[in-house]
This record gives sequence, C-alpha cells and structure tokens, in this order.
Amino acid sequence: MLELKEISLSFWGNAVLSKCSLHLAPGDRIALMGPSGCGKTTLLRTALSLQQPDSGTVICRARKPAAVFQEPRLLPWLTTLENVNLVLSDTPETLPAAQAWLDCMELGDSALLYPAELSGGMQQRVSLARALACKPDLLVLDEPFKGLDTALNDRILEVLKKALDGASLLLATHREEEALALGCRIVRYNAGQFVS
Amino acid sequence: MKPSAEKKNKSAGRWQRFSGSRLSHPAVWLFWIAVWFLLSLLVHRELLLPGPLQVLQKLGSMMLTGAFWSSVALSLLRILGGILAALILGVLLAILTEYSSLAKALFSPLMLLVRSTPVVSFIILALIWLGRDILPLFISALMVLPVVWANVSAGIAGRDPQLMEMARVYRLPRGRVFRRITVPSVLPHFRAALRSALGLGWKAGIAAEVLTVPKQAIGRMIYESKLYLETTELFAWTLTVILLSYVIERLLLRLVLLPGSVPKAKDISGQKEEVGRA
Repeated sequence: MLELKEISLSFWGNAVLSKCSLHLAPGDRIALMGPSGCGKTTLLRTALSLQQPDSGTVICRARKPAAVFQEPRLLPWLTTLENVNLVLSDTPETLPAAQAWLDCMELGDSALLYPAELSGGMQQRVSLARALACKPDLLVLDEPFKGLDTALNDRILEVLKKALDGASLLLATHREEEALALGCRIVRYNAGQFVS
Repeated sequence: MKPSAEKKNKSAGRWQRFSGSRLSHPAVWLFWIAVWFLLSLLVHRELLLPGPLQVLQKLGSMMLTGAFWSSVALSLLRILGGILAALILGVLLAILTEYSSLAKALFSPLMLLVRSTPVVSFIILALIWLGRDILPLFISALMVLPVVWANVSAGIAGRDPQLMEMARVYRLPRGRVFRRITVPSVLPHFRAALRSALGLGWKAGIAAEVLTVPKQAIGRMIYESKLYLETTELFAWTLTVILLSYVIERLLLRLVLLPGSVPKAKDISGQKEEVGRA
C-alpha cells in the first residue's frame, strides 16, 4: 500500500529524516511514536507526497488516500456538512452520507455551522468525519485526537476502529493507548530515524 | 482616563460618523453644496462659477431632450463594454499567468508598463490606430485590465496552501478545487478590483471621449460646452458623470457577486430539511 525506501530529508543542514524505510501492507496499522519535533509530521507529509525527499523513494499504491492533519484544514466558507460532502460527490445526493458521518462524530447538530463557529476539537472531528466519509484504503492521521476530552476520545476511537474496515493506517501520536486501541504496531521514532 | 482626554475622545466620536466610511453622510454633502452656493454668490458670474440651483435647472432641461439620453446611453455602452471586456480578459490572463511562469514573465512587465503610462498617451496613440467611436471602449479596457489582473492574480496566489494540500491528498477533481477553493479565495480580490475598475474605467472612458469627440457621447457634450463657454452645461454634464458613476457602482456592487463569500446559515436551512427528509 505504502512503501518508503531510504528516505532522507534535511532542512538547512539539519537532518529530519535519515534513510528511513517503512513498509505498510494493505490492512496494516502502524503508529509512529516519538517526542515532539522528531520528524513524525515530516515523515507523514513525505508519505503523502506533500514533501519531496532529498533522496529515497516513496511508492504509494493507495487508490483512495485520506488524511487528518494536525490542523483541521476545513474550508471556512463551507458548512460542516458541505466540508464533509466535498470529498464525496459534492452533490446533494451524498449529503445524507456526509450527515451520517457527522452523526458518528457526534456533530449531527452542527451540520449547518461554519468551521469558525466550532471549537478546535469539533473542527478536528469534522476533519475525521471527512477522512472516513470517503472510505479510504489508506488513512494517515497526524495526532488527530488533539483537543478531545478523554470520554469523547474513547468514543471517537471506537468509531474510527470500526470505520477502518481493512484500510491501512499510518498514525502519528504521543499516546500509546490510542495506538493500542486502534490495534497498531508501534514504531518508535526519534531524531529522524526509527529506533525500534 | 483624564477628564480632558475623555472629552477629546467624545468629541472625536461625535465627528467620526461624518468621516471615514460615512463620507456620504447627507450633512457633509449639504455643507459642500452650501459652500459652492456661497462661492457662486461671491463670484456672481455664471460664466465663471454657476450656482448649484442653476446647474440643477440646466440638468433638468437637458434631461428633457433626446440628445441627453442618447449620449448617456452610448457612453455607458462604450465604457461599460470596455470594463466588461477588461474584467473577462483580466481574469483569464490572471489564471494564465498564475499557472504558467512563462506567461507571467511575459505579461507582468507589460501590465506594469500599462499601469505606469499616462492615460492621455494611450488616447493619442490609439486615436491613430482606432476609430473615435471605439476608442473610449479600448481605453477603459486598457486602464482596467492591469487592475483586474493584479487583484485576481493576488487572489489565486494567496490561496491557503494548507487547503490546497488537503485537496491534493484527497485527489479532488480540478473543477471542484476551482469552484470550492479558488473562486471563494479570489472573490474578495475580484470585488476590490471591480470597485477600482468601475471608477477608473469610467473616468478614463470619459477623458477619451473628451479628447476624441465621438458622435454621441457625454465626452463630446463636455467638450462642446467648454468650446462654447457654456459653463453651466459643463457643470451639468460633470454632475451627470458623477451621478452615473455613483449609480453604476452601487448597482453593480449590489448585483454582481456582492453578497458575502460566507453564506449565512439561514440561506441553507432548506438544505438541512432536505438532509433530514433523506
């Protein structure tokens, strides 16, 4: 599904990724864990082809990739519902499906609100609803549960676990319990290299 | 806060509603019309400075003639035609230059050149190339084009890179990215361009008409009023130009694209019901 071969990347002489290799087979779930600023986000951006590595190869065979970034990245001029519908057909026909995903994220009543009218945690849940709505075969999540309280976090994790349904998952997180709840293989990452 | 400072602030607040965005407050206009009236009384020569009442009277009598309306209609047609052409061309050119670095390298200096050249130079030059009836259209378009191009280019370049990355990851079709991200990002810039374009195009078009004297045109009427020392008529035509500019700006800004880019929740309440039913 996704293969990174000896990826290296440096910014202004500082190595962020040093010959990193990663293989994510269909249905695999990998959690990258490491301290802040160790390069997890850069690795995910490289995997999504948003960042060109200095050397190495990225092979992505996903037909329907989806991502939740650290920022919600919602279109401010669209409602919550329209933001989710954007990755579907963006027509009225798929609005009920978009609404169903918002309901799953406990945001059913906020469908007609604009992102600016939502809290940070709610925006992040809309972003998750959008990612799951398109039924991805590769899901890349970069600390997606930031700003959620513990009880809600557990419920959302449960929804996510059910929704994954055979999709490959690449997750960056600080919290081991999230990785374990999603059934991920944990890969420790520090100073641009995998440590285990 | 010290009492004197408080008093100063209160006084500033009192006058604030007459300034800034409220420049069109009727009291402000009445003040300047009164100044004009007093000055005309002081000068006491219609040939040098006619009073506001005389000008209004003249405008009223002009409005009863067919020549007035045909001149207004043809000037509007020429100048608005030029502005419309520049809007379309400016948007297309902005798209081209933002997506092609070669086109940007070619057209950027040209646009800068057009912006920096005095309008009179273009009018005289174009008089050699074009017929006098079409020249105001060309000049309006030429003056408006760089403004529209610059604003729309800034809008395209200023699209949120995070949203563009999101679109890339989700592999959104180009048409959807254009409709959902590019258009809303460019809209405020286009609106600003439209506002500048109307004023600029209108003034440049009238100036072109004055210099080229086409058959039926406001510019021709202004030129003839000056030629025959009909100062009151000159003022009446100038007032017509100002009023038309104001009305066109108001109308176009209200009709074309001017609701906010973010729709109100009530506008899509029907959509919510639709989802509920489904």
